[in-house]
Amino acid sequence: MSTAVGQAPQAGDGTADSKRSVVYALPKAVAYAAAAFVVVWVLFIAGDSPAGPAVSNPGRFVVTLLDAITFAGLLFVVASGFTLIFGLMRTVNMAHGSLFLLAAFVAINVQHAMLGKSRNIVADEVGILDWVVPMLVGALVAACVGLILQQLFLRWNQGQELRQALITLAITVIMADQMLNHFGGLALRMTWPGSVTHFIEILGQRYATTRLFMLAVAVLVGALLWLWLNRTRMGLVIRAGVDDETMVRALGINITFVFAVTFFVGAFLAGIGGAMGASFAGAATGSDGDWLLNSLVVVIIGGLGSIKGAVAGSLLYGMVIAFAPAYLPSRYSFYAIILTFVLLAVVLAVRPYGLFGRPA
Amino acid sequence: MTRQLRSPTTIAFVAVVALLVVLPAIGSSFFVNFIMTRTLILGLAAATIVFLSAYGGMVSLAQLMLFGTAGFMFGNAVLEASPRGLNLGWAPWTAVVFALAVATAIAFLLGALSSRTTGIYFLMLTLVYAVIGYNVFAQVVPISGPSGITRITPPPPITQATHLYYAALLLSIGGYVVLKLVARTPFGLALQGVRDDPVRMASLGFRVPLHRALAFTLAGFIAGVAGLLNVWWNGQIDPASIGISPTLVLLIVAVIGGISHLEGAWLGAFVYVAANSYLRALPFVDRIGITEDRFNTVIGALVLLIMVLSPEGLSGVIQRLSNEGRRRFSRFSSRDGTGRVDTSGDDAGESPVVMIDSSTSPPTEERK
Repeated sequence: MSTAVGQAPQAGDGTADSKRSVVYALPKAVAYAAAAFVVVWVLFIAGDSPAGPAVSNPGRFVVTLLDAITFAGLLFVVASGFTLIFGLMRTVNMAHGSLFLLAAFVAINVQHAMLGKSRNIVADEVGILDWVVPMLVGALVAACVGLILQQLFLRWNQGQELRQALITLAITVIMADQMLNHFGGLALRMTWPGSVTHFIEILGQRYATTRLFMLAVAVLVGALLWLWLNRTRMGLVIRAGVDDETMVRALGINITFVFAVTFFVGAFLAGIGGAMGASFAGAATGSDGDWLLNSLVVVIIGGLGSIKGAVAGSLLYGMVIAFAPAYLPSRYSFYAIILTFVLLAVVLAVRPYGLFGRPA
Repeated sequence: MTRQLRSPTTIAFVAVVALLVVLPAIGSSFFVNFIMTRTLILGLAAATIVFLSAYGGMVSLAQLMLFGTAGFMFGNAVLEASPRGLNLGWAPWTAVVFALAVATAIAFLLGALSSRTTGIYFLMLTLVYAVIGYNVFAQVVPISGPSGITRITPPPPITQATHLYYAALLLSIGGYVVLKLVARTPFGLALQGVRDDPVRMASLGFRVPLHRALAFTLAGFIAGVAGLLNVWWNGQIDPASIGISPTLVLLIVAVIGGISHLEGAWLGAFVYVAANSYLRALPFVDRIGITEDRFNTVIGALVLLIMVLSPEGLSGVIQRLSNEGRRRFSRFSSRDGTGRVDTSGDDAGESPVVMIDSSTSPPTEERK
């Protein structure tokens, strides 16, 4: 949505003596060296890892890459809602994960109601509509709840970022507790439609087509979002609002209404993500926190408020999630989580506001 | 200075400390060893959030992670034959130094990494640190694993529950005084300058990222101290205790008390711990939905209410009332016109309140 800006001005930089430029060039050099090392490691070395170097096991490499991209699709759907809301309204919606989980639970329950049973659901029984309708219902519920939250708690304190973040955090605590009350603490799962549940052969590796379906849904959502932002009048206003809210207001546009619509769409995207996530990995108490974290990591890497950044952040984070367990030496595979942190550290060392971000 | 020594704030502080010192003689053992010890520990940890927020303009969610890190490191270092952990078997006080060193070093690393971000970005980043910290301890089996480290005992002189209470009291007072004093040093003043206007401070030649990183390191060290007390009090530590919801609880404690007043941290901790222990025992509360399981809803609603009505929290409310009273009582308020940044006592809340919200806080607006 917002075009990439040049090197973000760094509010914190002090005097401009030559020593400092060396200090700030160092992280950049380290970051590039680290990236180069990772590429070389995955392609040629990868000693003692479950997958082995890519040159000698290309099938595994392609499958891991597909895992990364398909998961990135899901990450993008969720994080794009988060970043859309922030981009326009400067509201960090910490309840994004809760909306994700709410939509997931609603979608699962709607699917169970449509199929008339809640256990032992086989994929063949699930028609394409039995998946799409629950997804849309779940997303709509999340969107409506999001809209209500925005109107009640966020509309009148626009611009007080920290207060809004703390308010949405409190809402997260309440929603998590209420969802535990209504939906129980057991992990539930949504079933993919039977027509997309197959396995295909890729370079000698079996691969589940549901992951490709998930990617297709994500691409469709991304394309619709792009069309909405770039080809409609509303999208035009939103893009203008991102750059200069006051000017848009001054031109006589009712931006309060645009805010409400944007929040609705942002929460809707969380809801779509929730249904996809519930089919992909199931939904349980705690998923809200996980997906809030995922959204945060994506937007911190990509830059808060930038849709382009959400794409870049999802891909990078998806890569780390998929490649770390496969290409770390087996003895150290439990250190995979630290690589997420390393990715964050590397990106932040080079660009404190993320790849496509700019200071708030 | 004499004026300051006799100020109502100082008198109140001395009175509260005196009360806390004699408390074990008058209070029940449950109240002292459970409620108050827990309050002091949580308060000390929450005070580091308040310190960073009030003087540095950084709301950190990573403090509980640093708190837990110190606990895990102590457990790893001191035990010899535990089923989990490194079992280094060091002397207890060596382990204390080691735990604090690790927590401080991690705080410095994380602080340096996030030193060029502020505000909302900083909040998100520290939340990510917190969750990654949780995952590290939950997944890296050699240092903990999901079930954590058990059977940790306090180092030698602390053998009874009351000793632990006094240790927590001493360290809380120490932490409070240190944080207050640091705010008045040249470093603390520069830190507040950084909070108010980083660009101007940078052009005056101050190293803005360094100030932020060092403040975060100091806060990390004190959070580590609180973490040690916590692990001695609990006797064990597991990753779930530093997960996302305990992290939010610590922020909630800071918010209840008022995120711009250091004293508020302990006040918030007391309210939280007392509500957590006594609210459930009251008759009839289950009829209005406050059962054991729905306690989080109540706490969440409380925070929501505070954030909606008065982001300064309880100590903000108290301060507003006392200002109101003083204004009626006498027209001489604590203005001394020297232009120094007065962070001691009465006015400590002003600028931090501006940071958290500048438009809906009547007292601040009036006094400007």
